[in-house]
Amino acid sequence: MTITSPQPATSTPLVPAAPVEPRPEVTDAVTFSIDGIETSVAKGTLVIRAAEQLGIQIPRFCDHPLLAPAGACRQCLVEVWAPGRDGKLAKMPKPQASCTLEATPGMEVRTQHTSAEADKAQHGVMELLLVNHPLDCPVCDKGGECPLQNQAMSNGRATSRFVDVKRTFPKPISISTQILLDRERCVLCQRCTRFSEEVAGDVWIDLQKRGAHQQIGTFDTDVLGFAGETPVGAATQDTAGRPFASYFSGNTVQICPVGALTSAAYRFRSRPFDLVSTPSIAEHDSQGSAIRVDHRRGVVLRRLAGDDPTVNQEWITDKDRFAFAWQSAPDRIRTPLVRARNADGTRGELEPASWVEALDVAAAGLLAAQAPVDPREEAVGVAVLAGGRLTLEDAYAYSKLARVALDTNDVDGRARPHSAEEEAFLGHHVAGRTLEVTFADLDRAPAVLLVGLEAEEEAGIAFLRLRTAVVKKRTRVLSVAALESRGLQRLSGTLLAAAPGTEAEVLDGIVAGASDDVLADAADALGADGAVILVGERLAAVAGGFSAALRLAARTGARLAWVPRRVGERSAVEVGLLPTLLPGGRPVADSAARVDVAAVWGVEHLPETPGRSTGEILADAAAGRLGGLVVGGLELADLPDPALARAALDRVPFVVSLEVRRSEVTDRADVVFPVAPPVEKGGTFVTWEGRPRPFPQALVSHELADHRVLDRLADALGVELGLGSLAAVHAELDQLGGWDGARIAAPAVDAPEPPAVEPGHAVLATWHQLLDAGRLQSGEPFLAGTAKRPVARLSAGTAEQLGLRDGDRVAVSTDAGTITLPAVLTDMPDLVVWLPTNSVGSHVRDVLHADAGDLVRIAAAPHEVATAGTSDEDDAPGRDEEVGA
Amino acid sequence: MADKPKPARKAAPTGKPAGQQARKPAAAGQPSKAVAARPKGGEVATPAPEGYQSLIEPRTGLAELLAPVGGFGVTLSNMFRKTVTEQYPSEKVPAKPRYHGRHQLNRYADGLEKCIGCELCAWACPADAIYVEGGDNTPDAQFSPGERYGRVYQINYLRCIFCGLCIEACPTRALTMTNEYELAGPTRAGMIWEKEDLLAPLREGMLAAPHPMVEGTTHTDYYRGEITHATDAQRAWVAEHRPDDPTLPGGAGLDVANELAPTAAAMAATVAAATKQGSR
Repeated sequence: MTITSPQPATSTPLVPAAPVEPRPEVTDAVTFSIDGIETSVAKGTLVIRAAEQLGIQIPRFCDHPLLAPAGACRQCLVEVWAPGRDGKLAKMPKPQASCTLEATPGMEVRTQHTSAEADKAQHGVMELLLVNHPLDCPVCDKGGECPLQNQAMSNGRATSRFVDVKRTFPKPISISTQILLDRERCVLCQRCTRFSEEVAGDVWIDLQKRGAHQQIGTFDTDVLGFAGETPVGAATQDTAGRPFASYFSGNTVQICPVGALTSAAYRFRSRPFDLVSTPSIAEHDSQGSAIRVDHRRGVVLRRLAGDDPTVNQEWITDKDRFAFAWQSAPDRIRTPLVRARNADGTRGELEPASWVEALDVAAAGLLAAQAPVDPREEAVGVAVLAGGRLTLEDAYAYSKLARVALDTNDVDGRARPHSAEEEAFLGHHVAGRTLEVTFADLDRAPAVLLVGLEAEEEAGIAFLRLRTAVVKKRTRVLSVAALESRGLQRLSGTLLAAAPGTEAEVLDGIVAGASDDVLADAADALGADGAVILVGERLAAVAGGFSAALRLAARTGARLAWVPRRVGERSAVEVGLLPTLLPGGRPVADSAARVDVAAVWGVEHLPETPGRSTGEILADAAAGRLGGLVVGGLELADLPDPALARAALDRVPFVVSLEVRRSEVTDRADVVFPVAPPVEKGGTFVTWEGRPRPFPQALVSHELADHRVLDRLADALGVELGLGSLAAVHAELDQLGGWDGARIAAPAVDAPEPPAVEPGHAVLATWHQLLDAGRLQSGEPFLAGTAKRPVARLSAGTAEQLGLRDGDRVAVSTDAGTITLPAVLTDMPDLVVWLPTNSVGSHVRDVLHADAGDLVRIAAAPHEVATAGTSDEDDAPGRDEEVGA
Repeated sequence: MADKPKPARKAAPTGKPAGQQARKPAAAGQPSKAVAARPKGGEVATPAPEGYQSLIEPRTGLAELLAPVGGFGVTLSNMFRKTVTEQYPSEKVPAKPRYHGRHQLNRYADGLEKCIGCELCAWACPADAIYVEGGDNTPDAQFSPGERYGRVYQINYLRCIFCGLCIEACPTRALTMTNEYELAGPTRAGMIWEKEDLLAPLREGMLAAPHPMVEGTTHTDYYRGEITHATDAQRAWVAEHRPDDPTLPGGAGLDVANELAPTAAAMAATVAAATKQGSR
């Protein structure tokens, strides 16, 4: 797996592919035979796994390589002969389930291929499983790819002897708005419940009742037959009002060996033989999950988890699985658009234009912005703002366009709260240092400290990997955060409570022998060999945070990795989409680095002055000190101050936008170029580890990737970028290679004193929820219903001061606006209030213009109508539950 | 195809050792019999001409004299037999009952569609002539008994080879073939029949879909044929939701309800025009 060109590169490529992990050597080999074939496997290997390795197929339903053995379905029965105490081979009296049987030395296993007894046993089990299984195959979503269907053909009787009436249930019931359960079809293999328990930790369904009435179900009073309180409060409900929202529920649909669990989004949409499958990489987060895109006639119908043991194993988040409708949303831009100017020079309407015309207009506008006719003009220069969702190739093209064609370092790929300290941290510690900490390291680490990172919400796969390690008692998780979230509880994590803004102080407090027991204990844990510190992008909002994290890593010897939320953040750092950084971690200020890059790019020199960051660019633009902007894949609402960004874009004389869909940026742009969404282009995403994740184009499309549009734009500007194809970009990335010169100096910012909190005020804590009001989740009502209900969290002490009870509405406000949400009392520091950053009814940046660590006013909300946007139980989409008919 | 040497065949083991084949490359593509019958004169020599020897015994006497006009006997005798020529398109002769003609999507006796959108017909089709998309029956729009119905149903008669595998695949007997064979049209698009073109006409006692299932029944009751006509409750539902429905009692009637859908109507017009032109 390499993104590089076929020829061997002369030096290390910019983002080298991960080395193949060596297979662990077999110690304590066990030699036994299956169907007369002798084999040697590691001690503890299950017979069914050993048979797989030999290519012998044994039918099974409950067995899953990533779940603990259950022996629930009994379909994998085999005949077993084992040496007894006297050493003589003796047959076990009954057939054994090969999925729970460990291989022992000298054992002889006879599967259905060589044993009539095993074959008969399997036929019998299959007949029993089918007794109550409805004849739904023609209408069932699993039909055509159903293990039960297939194995009933290969290992079942041709005719049924069952003549009585089948047991029926009302169907289907909704477990959430997305997951539908058809209990008639269930064979009680418990893959779904075991996944929920062992992997995700969301025990939202379980086995209920006994005998023929045994069934999978939610905590439903009608099914369970208990009266009284429901076992959950408002905080654990999803937006549709159902208990137990899970971010990983889609995986149960995929591993269900029958059609019992199906998803509302894919219900009756297609058949397996309709679908063309293309392997791909999920575009929603920096985890780089392998997925499979299934499409028919140019329309993506579903996405499934791919199998990649090094990254996401076989699991993906529901966002990766279900949120793909945005790529074919009705507001997709299909042709270039050019804005007409009104007679008074104000912006008119966008009108469709040809590529040639749009490129000409864009080039003329950008040239005029670079060198205005009037020398007294203040608005000079063009800056580039690229959002955090770009592929490596696209990000590289933005970086090169800025430096080569626009002659500026005013380029920044950070569309979120950021700081100069963060930039120094990225240049010092992250850029060019790929695969120093990987998912496998999380599995092995004795302790993992999360700082400014809510793993479940912001790094779903890392959360699952951590949880697997925690469940196997290999890893201990610690987290520096304002409150102990449900995600951290499921990681059995230790909270190092820190009010927002004081994270640096807490990190500095982690020293061996600290007076605080928790901190001293944390220091001990991090001192262990292989410990890892994961810092999130949110630490950028904490002055001194990254400096303290670097100090902590140096002090304890733990390895430090940066886990951003978005998919394009790491590739942006690698290709120098930062004002002080050139590709490969080369500092702009370093003349050798500039010469190095200029040589590859074939230009005489590169701009020397370090550029402006996103915040500075927007501030200068709003003040009329910027001539033009090239904006790609940026949502204004993501920026720290969306109002300032809107004003800036309104003020800038000339804006070029590269976008997939109409957005606030295209509404203000003078020229809009349509670009391809990930499903319509090939490219490479880079995970937070620095692992390149190349993916091919899935759909036939005429849309151009960003790098191809920028290549043409540069042509129109009279500069040759040479980035017209993926192969060209890869060849250049290979040629550029890594950097072994001096790196940017480590940041050393002192933590400021936390501000005094006046009465009626509180410090804001906030982070994104995985499922929220994000733009890439639009068009998916079933998915939106499974999002966590937006609530405001505060401590009991704070609530008492305000006269609030659990569930009352609380109003959080600044001078810019007010957010009103139900309050949930949580064990957390006093005078801190937590809000979801961008959920329905809680657009913190947009409404409050504030971010974590800022002071906000807090008060009990007057009892009136719910504010618009907060969702009610009734208006949520989905199917009504039909339990207990 | 017979005169072209097939590499696959050549490579197939014929029982001869490989060396023998290699020695006679020129003969590889020809039948081995011809090679054996060739005279020894060599490749360039023309084979000796052989006269034609009839196997019919030569006639003698009067029979030989009358033989040249004997053939007219066949003509004359046929002039008094019943004619077998069909005067198509002036007179149309019905096809045999099991003729594979145009498809039809059937209905249950209360008017609900039998098609459940399972796509098994499309799966079975060797010519890839059928395209189906399923849909979710909702209480507001129940098209077929059960959870699923065929939302999109297309048969491309430019591709269909009338093999009938789709009929065999259909689990609900929704798809059957009629004896209708006049399928012609001037456009490609006009040869793709949509669901409304293919649906069987409504009969007496049926109510146009969508409407709820007969109260208290399941889809199994429908499969078993226990539904014999639309009920009052169904009619009341349709009267409430579609007061102008022609299949309601007092409505415009079945003739209006069974008006041909656009593609079928266009094809019927084309066929009628061609019939008129071709008729005497």
